Amino acid sequence: MTKRSHISLSVNGDEYECLCEPDQSLVDVLRNELELTGTKEGCSTGDCGACSIRLDGDLVCSCLVLAVEAEGKEIETIEGMTPKSDELHPLQRHFLEINGLQCGICTPGILVAAKALLEKNPDPTETEIRFWLAGNLCRCTGYDKIIRSVQAAAEEMRKG
Amino acid sequence: MDDLRYEAPDSPDAASSMLAEAGAGGRVFAGGTDVMVQIHAELIDPDVIVDIKKIPGIMSISESGGAYTFGAATAGMVLMAHEGFASTWPGIIDGVALIGSIQVKGRASVGGNVCNASPAADSTPAMIAAGAICNIVGPNGSREAPVEDIVTGPGKTSLAAGEFILSFTMPARAPHSGDAYLRLTPRTEMDIAVVGAGVNLTLDDAGTCTAARVSLGAVAPTPLLVAEAADALIGTKVDEAALAKMGEACSAACNPISDKRGTKEYRIKTASVIAQRAAQIALERAREN
Repeated sequence: MTKRSHISLSVNGDEYECLCEPDQSLVDVLRNELELTGTKEGCSTGDCGACSIRLDGDLVCSCLVLAVEAEGKEIETIEGMTPKSDELHPLQRHFLEINGLQCGICTPGILVAAKALLEKNPDPTETEIRFWLAGNLCRCTGYDKIIRSVQAAAEEMRKG
Repeated sequence: MDDLRYEAPDSPDAASSMLAEAGAGGRVFAGGTDVMVQIHAELIDPDVIVDIKKIPGIMSISESGGAYTFGAATAGMVLMAHEGFASTWPGIIDGVALIGSIQVKGRASVGGNVCNASPAADSTPAMIAAGAICNIVGPNGSREAPVEDIVTGPGKTSLAAGEFILSFTMPARAPHSGDAYLRLTPRTEMDIAVVGAGVNLTLDDAGTCTAARVSLGAVAPTPLLVAEAADALIGTKVDEAALAKMGEACSAACNPISDKRGTKEYRIKTASVIAQRAAQIALERAREN
């Protein structure tokens, strides 16, 4: 039997505790132990970006993070996109309005990644958006509507 | 997998003791972007994962008298965001910026890129060209080694049992010097090098090249330091003839395989082209400082 580790972590400002296996990925713990299933697991090898989260502010693939590493860390997932609010984030709203999604599996990861981009660069060019989101694969949209959704949200957010 | 343990020691000595004790079953863990994939694909089955990120300084950048030192586990995004480092070593940033996605660079480190020992690693030729020195700790104390001495074959390094790279030290930047790394890939992003070339050169006040280092990736079992290519630049104005001669030396040094990314012949030919273009970028940067 592997020895399980007790970890405490903050997810979207809420404190959680759980037991995890030493080789268990953070995405697995988020989804299956904490039941935060908004974060999706696609490739499990860091290629698709579906599991994108923020780890102490850094945009990372949660499939490439060990859950035990999250001890004492602050994590932000798609569930924290609009903390303590029933309203949608401008990114979420524009993705709906412009149809920046079809099947939706890539969407949580793309929203988390796009939010990180707009915090760093409120007025990105199309090229900058495409390069920033190069680690988020979408099988449905052909990306055009995703880019336009991010641009529309950025414009609205700049206006405040 | 039954006995897998996760350890996160807070000192270099504790980490090297754990690694030495674990022997072949120990695995250094920094950003995890290779190790997690290798575990998932069952390519490795470690007994102990030694997470080195709690060691003080292993994720930070410092500067002393113009010489930068950065921790081996410093994430790529951190290096790219460090204005002083990025403007002093733009060639290393060229290499780091090409490693995977923003998400991967949020965790992946140069130490991991070097020690994963892929022949096609993007930051390794840039580090070799820059003349970076590895500060290595192990059970028998610490030692230094140039980056070109680390990789001995695909997935293999010269690090002894219990040894790991703690940090990298860059030489102080000479006036009129510059570096660049360029790679050839079919796509602009999220791809693996068909050929990679790192060039670092220094000019005198008259614009004559007084020192150069040229390194190639993805054209041999290990990244290469090509002394003949550097010699073709030294003493010249890095003109067309010198660049062509350097390119020939690069092609001559190649010992590539043919794979889905390119044939042996294609790699040998394009190594010359990519190295010449990298040298031109390095030259422009050298003239600017």
